[in-house]
Amino acid sequence: MSLVEAALVTIVAASTPLLLAAIGELVVERSGVLNLGVEGMMVMGAVAGFAAAYTVGSATLGIVAAVVTGIAMSLLFAFLTQILAANQVATGLALTLFGLGLSGLVGEPFTGLPGVKLERIEIPLLSDLPIVGSAFFAQDVLVYASFILTIATAFVLSRTKTGLVIRAVGINHHSAHALGYKVIAVRCACIAFGGACAGLAGAHLSLAYTTQWIESMTAGRGWIALALVVFATWVPGRVLVGAYLFGAVWIMGLYAQGLGAGIPPQLLSSLPYLATIVALVLISGDRILAKANTPACLGQAFVPDR
Amino acid sequence: MYKKYTAMAVGIVLAAVSFVASAADLKVGFIYVGPIGDHGWTYQHDQGRLAVEKEFGDRIETIYVENIPEGADAERAITRLARQGVGLIFTTSFGFMDPTIKVAKRFPDVKFEHATGYKRSDNVATYSARFYEGRYVNGQIAARMSKSGVVGYIASFPIPEVVRGINAFMLGAQSVNPDFQVKVVWVNSWFDPGKEADAAKVLIDQGADVITQHTDSPAPLQIAQEKGALAFGQASNMFEFAPKAQVSAIVNNWAPYYVDRVRAVMDGTWASQDVWRGMAEGMVEMAPYTNIPDDVAEMARQTQAKIASGEMHVFSGPIKKQDGTMVIGEGEHLDDQTLLGMNWYVEGIDDTLPQ
Repeated sequence: MSLVEAALVTIVAASTPLLLAAIGELVVERSGVLNLGVEGMMVMGAVAGFAAAYTVGSATLGIVAAVVTGIAMSLLFAFLTQILAANQVATGLALTLFGLGLSGLVGEPFTGLPGVKLERIEIPLLSDLPIVGSAFFAQDVLVYASFILTIATAFVLSRTKTGLVIRAVGINHHSAHALGYKVIAVRCACIAFGGACAGLAGAHLSLAYTTQWIESMTAGRGWIALALVVFATWVPGRVLVGAYLFGAVWIMGLYAQGLGAGIPPQLLSSLPYLATIVALVLISGDRILAKANTPACLGQAFVPDR
Repeated sequence: MYKKYTAMAVGIVLAAVSFVASAADLKVGFIYVGPIGDHGWTYQHDQGRLAVEKEFGDRIETIYVENIPEGADAERAITRLARQGVGLIFTTSFGFMDPTIKVAKRFPDVKFEHATGYKRSDNVATYSARFYEGRYVNGQIAARMSKSGVVGYIASFPIPEVVRGINAFMLGAQSVNPDFQVKVVWVNSWFDPGKEADAAKVLIDQGADVITQHTDSPAPLQIAQEKGALAFGQASNMFEFAPKAQVSAIVNNWAPYYVDRVRAVMDGTWASQDVWRGMAEGMVEMAPYTNIPDDVAEMARQTQAKIASGEMHVFSGPIKKQDGTMVIGEGEHLDDQTLLGMNWYVEGIDDTLPQ
């Protein structure tokens, strides 16, 4: 494997959890809900995925467990913010704290155990392509899932009625309600989707990225995913660009250090943030479009007036 | 985190009861930079806390707060402990230095122990371990075991502590193979398994076949195992994470020191001091040597014994800086002051030290 191929493989691994979590949060925010609990759901997904995979010996089951746990966490959020109309920012933050703490507790017996590594699936012919083959077509199922989810989300949001309803609920929940759409049900479904995606992101961390469970192993990736969604102005394609740009700049920084390029490492480790923000602000530069994409009801609780 | 909140909830319910029932002579607080489950730096400090509990039983009570970022949050966390009537507080990361000094000024009756720092006052003592002694041994092993002659070093932040480790490692390696090469990659984090794994992958891709780290998670060892390289554990024995890759690990044994200092407070003999202990006092230990031939392990044990007995000093001359200037000549060794402020690389390290 050449150095370029090896670099690409590492970049894909580093970008996938960001992309997965961000795509989920994008759908949540498009429906007008701000869930700051991504980090908590992700870390719970990581521990559940690891624990299930280790106990049963099947990485597939680990993924299922991670998704179920992510959804369970998100439904807790949905219950508090949608049914009880609690403040979304506070609830989301609480969900993150809760997830980090609970995962540390349930994960304690699993720390230091050898995990089950998610197998790579080589796609015939495509995986033999030079340079990109090993990075994009000989990866684990979660990498493929991240691409499929991005494309599917983009398609559903912009080309289907379901997407239209989600966006309508996010832009003006009173109008959507007046038209007969079940605002709270739609939002709960979107929140659950976000939870499932965060769970997948966590599973990628503990089953593929590093095959282990360690307390707080998400190390802030949930927050980066949240920022990506905003800077990408709620457009799936831009989230993909952002996640990969972030991963690529970070990994290239490591390579540059290994080669002795003499660039200060403090600068290198801030570059992913800088580059991603600058790039996304540039490609999202059209203010009118950006405003059109912004869910106007973001973070507002909806209480139906009967 | 949950522990804090459960503790808070329980605390509210039982406030009155526990206020009366708390029979402990002394409350001892610990501020941790990472989670106690990191199986590295913080884990070892918590082992020290458990040893204190075991030693003194009901006569003391310990409280810890984990995952405290270095900076403003640290000041709040330390203040909170001090307000809760904690008599002795261990702040266990370099970045807690200024917050510790600041809070200590406001609570002159509370005793503070700050790990790896250099600022002291009447009620702030500092303590540290000579981890670099272990790194010298690691360097010797790495030079013997590496086939490519390139070792990858995953570093956290360019502070003297870390730079000293890199230099000690290099000196150890050079004592075996003068042409030895070390590639340093800075990840600007103490604990981020993902980033540390990335760094390990990058280093191995660039030809390193032995990995060593000054970051706290076992992720690099696991990558090393996956890719057939060797690696050294950090702060704690990480063998279980990578049984086929871990050669040894520098183990920080804080327990005896913590027990001593708690006793000193209880006896009323506590005074501000500065200690820097190493292999001789057992504050730095090496995990069992694995995955290496017997003769290499024997060499490592001999070096270890020489360092512990004081026969050998890791930073003994001649030592040259990267630019070739002589720091110290034959027959002498660097004093602690120089070691504590070390901000230069020894000759042979192919990296520009970030300033």
